[in-house]
Amino acid sequence: MYFESFSAAIVMEGHGVFVWSAYGLTAVALIMLLWLPSRRFQQHWRWIEADKQRLVASAAKPGDATGGDR
Amino acid sequence: MGSPPWFYRVSGALVRWLLPVTAIVLILGALWGLLVAPPDFRQGNSYRIIYIHVPAAVVALAGYYVMAVAGAVSLIWRIKMADVAMRAVAPVGATLTAVALFTGAIWGKPTWGTWWVWDARITSMLILLFLYLGVVALFEAYENKAAAARACAVLSLVGMVNIPIIYKSVDWWYSLHQGASIRFTGASAIDASMLYPLLIMISGFYCLFTVAVLMNMRSELIWTHRQSGWLRDLSGERV
Repeated sequence: MYFESFSAAIVMEGHGVFVWSAYGLTAVALIMLLWLPSRRFQQHWRWIEADKQRLVASAAKPGDATGGDR
Repeated sequence: MGSPPWFYRVSGALVRWLLPVTAIVLILGALWGLLVAPPDFRQGNSYRIIYIHVPAAVVALAGYYVMAVAGAVSLIWRIKMADVAMRAVAPVGATLTAVALFTGAIWGKPTWGTWWVWDARITSMLILLFLYLGVVALFEAYENKAAAARACAVLSLVGMVNIPIIYKSVDWWYSLHQGASIRFTGASAIDASMLYPLLIMISGFYCLFTVAVLMNMRSELIWTHRQSGWLRDLSGERV
């Protein structure tokens, strides 16, 4: 490890504020890149499963087959 | 490749495998770059931003190639999966370009004394961001998805003219931005102790790009095929 202490790694001889803010911002952006499609994927599956159950229910009650929207 | 059920199955397995690999590679590369690599003799510790700035820029540029190739395939062979790929790449590419621009601005302050200059490299990267955002906006603007895909494919292909400009901007114009540190032909202008974590981070960003694009494609795929039998049969086994 280049730095001799934890505080030296945080301060980075005056450049810490630039370096750590850049890494923090990047970390947030990269996590969002994975979290947003994952959330959308789960939402779509929930809709598909709910729609499937609706169709099963409407099969028992003919004439009531209605779809939903996104 | 063009078969949605096949793609859904294979991409699911790939995402499950690649996601932990991505996390490990990125954490390893970031720790090495932040805490182990020596400081630059001229820029001090501010140069450590290179380990996120360069990978984000490299992969944002590579992502544009992927989007343009998908656009060409969509225009020529009318393969629906190419439309899905184009749509999936655009937001990921836009985010990585924004990361490259923001981290570049943060790096610019201690190095150049300013957050922003209308420099050829930086301005052409800003145009790349607008091209990505243009594709995202075009897809949303059309009711007819086939027409949207055609318009996006044309925009992606026209925007390709910006890519060599970005690459060569530091050679063609006087620029504050430094030239390429990594060279495939000849010696790199960066010491091995700084180069290895950079290569690890570039690999990590490529993995992350692949995972994010595949996840976007799978999400889009299940929505467009929500009434299809193959997808309905999969209910209960989502991944």
